[in-house]
Amino acid sequence: MSRVTEIVVGMGSCGIAAGAKGVYDSLLAAIAQGKMDIKVGETGCIGACHKEPIIEVRYDNGQKKLFGEVSEKKITDFIASECNEKVFNQENAFPEDYPYLSRQRKVVLSNSGIIDPESIVEYLDTGGYEALKRVLQSMTPAQVVEEIKTSGLRGRGGAGFPTGMKWSFIAASSSKRKYMVCNADEGDPGAFMDRSVLEGDPHSVIEGMIIAAYAIGAGEGYIYVRAEYPLAIKRLNKALSQAEERNFLGNRILGTGFSFFIHIKEGAGAFVCGEETAMMASIEGKRGMPRLRPPYPAEKGLWGYPTNINNVETLANVPRILNMGAKKFASIGTEKSKGTKVFSLAGKIKYGGMVEVPMGMTLREIIFDIGGGIQEDKQFKAVQLGGPSGGCIPEELLDTPVDYESINATGAIMGSGGMVVMDETTCMVDVARYFLSFIQSESCGKCTFCRIGTKRMMEILQRITQGKGKLEDLDELEDLARRVKVSSLCGLGQTAPNPVLTTLKYFRDEYLAHIERHECPAMQCKALVRYVIDPNECRGCTICARFCPTHAASGDAKKPHSIDQDLCIQCGLCYEGCRFHAVKIATGVPA
Amino acid sequence: MSVKDATSVTLPLYGDLISRFPATRDYLIPILQELQEREGYLPEQGIYEVSDYLDLPESKVYGVATFYNQFKLIKPGKYRIQICRGTACHVKGSFNLLETLQRELGILPGETSSDGLFSLETVACLGACSIAPVIMVNGEFFGRLDNKKVLSLVQDFRNREEVK
Repeated sequence: MSRVTEIVVGMGSCGIAAGAKGVYDSLLAAIAQGKMDIKVGETGCIGACHKEPIIEVRYDNGQKKLFGEVSEKKITDFIASECNEKVFNQENAFPEDYPYLSRQRKVVLSNSGIIDPESIVEYLDTGGYEALKRVLQSMTPAQVVEEIKTSGLRGRGGAGFPTGMKWSFIAASSSKRKYMVCNADEGDPGAFMDRSVLEGDPHSVIEGMIIAAYAIGAGEGYIYVRAEYPLAIKRLNKALSQAEERNFLGNRILGTGFSFFIHIKEGAGAFVCGEETAMMASIEGKRGMPRLRPPYPAEKGLWGYPTNINNVETLANVPRILNMGAKKFASIGTEKSKGTKVFSLAGKIKYGGMVEVPMGMTLREIIFDIGGGIQEDKQFKAVQLGGPSGGCIPEELLDTPVDYESINATGAIMGSGGMVVMDETTCMVDVARYFLSFIQSESCGKCTFCRIGTKRMMEILQRITQGKGKLEDLDELEDLARRVKVSSLCGLGQTAPNPVLTTLKYFRDEYLAHIERHECPAMQCKALVRYVIDPNECRGCTICARFCPTHAASGDAKKPHSIDQDLCIQCGLCYEGCRFHAVKIATGVPA
Repeated sequence: MSVKDATSVTLPLYGDLISRFPATRDYLIPILQELQEREGYLPEQGIYEVSDYLDLPESKVYGVATFYNQFKLIKPGKYRIQICRGTACHVKGSFNLLETLQRELGILPGETSSDGLFSLETVACLGACSIAPVIMVNGEFFGRLDNKKVLSLVQDFRNREEVK
């Protein structure tokens, strides 16, 4: 019979949020107390966030098994049973052929959730830093740029600019001083791909960055990472000092004439700093305000010197391309979009988490085959791609393949990879309003239309969600949207109207329902919904009256209760609390 | 770039912290981050001292401090509640949670309760979308919340204080 030799706990932020630390600590305690004699390790994000906390049990015959939703109690039972996997039930097990895992194609995430991100040895064992060695020993910078061009790699931060071409611009500059920046300021709400890569495989990003620096001739680099990602920062710092110890970084790397140093700059929470000129201002210690381009950073960047900026996922692809060969990489994906793309699948999806798929897979395959469809088998309504710069894609366009051009054609953008799934209970007018309120608080204020135009748009949307909208408002929205797009300096303003435009295009009916009938079909807009108690189903348990913060719900014990609409603030506590489903939500003008 | 000797300016309260950094503009944000890390917010005196040390007008330091969401100018509560307003949390009802918390604590985002116990902040995204809607209290995640759970969480914190 096979024996358990090692247990690895998925310790990405998601796992920790779900309780992985407690599981890990229980295992360590059991070893310290001599209850078992096995190795315990940690790894980054395994990707199946919906099953967190996840452990991988490794056996002496080489077999590995994943178990999910492992509570502290479960792991205590497992330890007590001397690692008998029978303590895990159906819920904990991963099915043999789990489409969530089997339909993915892992390139960027090939190490995430497998190796210990804090161990450079484990990264080296997977072929880590081999690409760097080969590049330094046998390739000229021009050859590296050429190889990346051949691979067809495009920027994964959102816009999809060809990476090799970007490198060639700055490589051509004769400036003595150049900078290489890694954009890890992942700001789209609902997106966490870059965090997972940094937490799960930081060395791959660092290796990609060193290779890029060599190709463009940069001597110094910055990783601009969100301060909200403390674990990613910790692991990056550790990885940087490990790489320095082994001379993959620093002076005269691996005995060659090439020297490169990396500093970490923690962002301080400003969405606009994902824009490259704003990011550079922030690194220089200023307010993160974008400036006009040209001059592009490749000519005048940090402190006026040529600067190249690539996103985390783009850089993590670099060593893989050099290892597998540009041609092989280019064979993955579609004609114009090569390789894979990592998405963070969230929202009303059944199986949420990190997924990496070849470019060209359809949205339907990702959401339904991999993600298992909608929670509680509700009706799919839309998928939001690209965060505040992106748009909402409806059911009829679910067969759109994920590649830069096809997604752009829908009015959304590929973006950095956030994919938030919405169902029948999501109000699309409210979603548009939500994104504009986000833009409102994140606009740097430099351009009038971005600063004030979006505010006017938000006010219109607010009116509509309150049932006070007029039909002309829709024309006004479209007009303002167009003006904001053409009158804004940077990507934030130029794309800010996308969520409004796509919802107007695909979900106009919902806008009309709010305006003409004062109805919110998704029952989300507070001003348009009423909570009422069905007297036939109410048992008079009084729970709604006890929960109600405004005493709107009341009644005598064991008799049907009722809700005073004048007092009700639509907080929904009665609805959540009612065990007999007697509280109903209604919308529109009462009959 | 000039490297300034900390003794050339007077930094009565935060000199030990500030003078560990080179006196150049690109260290402004890291200094403010370090200051906030220690104090929990940016005290007024700290702004003056940073401004003296970097030889920048106070308005510039204040401009940077107010531009970035991370920086707080008022002291946070003992329980610092950050509520995620990311898209995944939004579609799962985080706005409702925010309203419930505002009502229960009697404060708006950016404020601290008068007993100093709670402060409330909204954050763009905590990146823990799989357990949405989620809040973070003093760095610890609480996920899959609804109004009821968030109210009992607040009650737990209050109880803890009473026991002490």
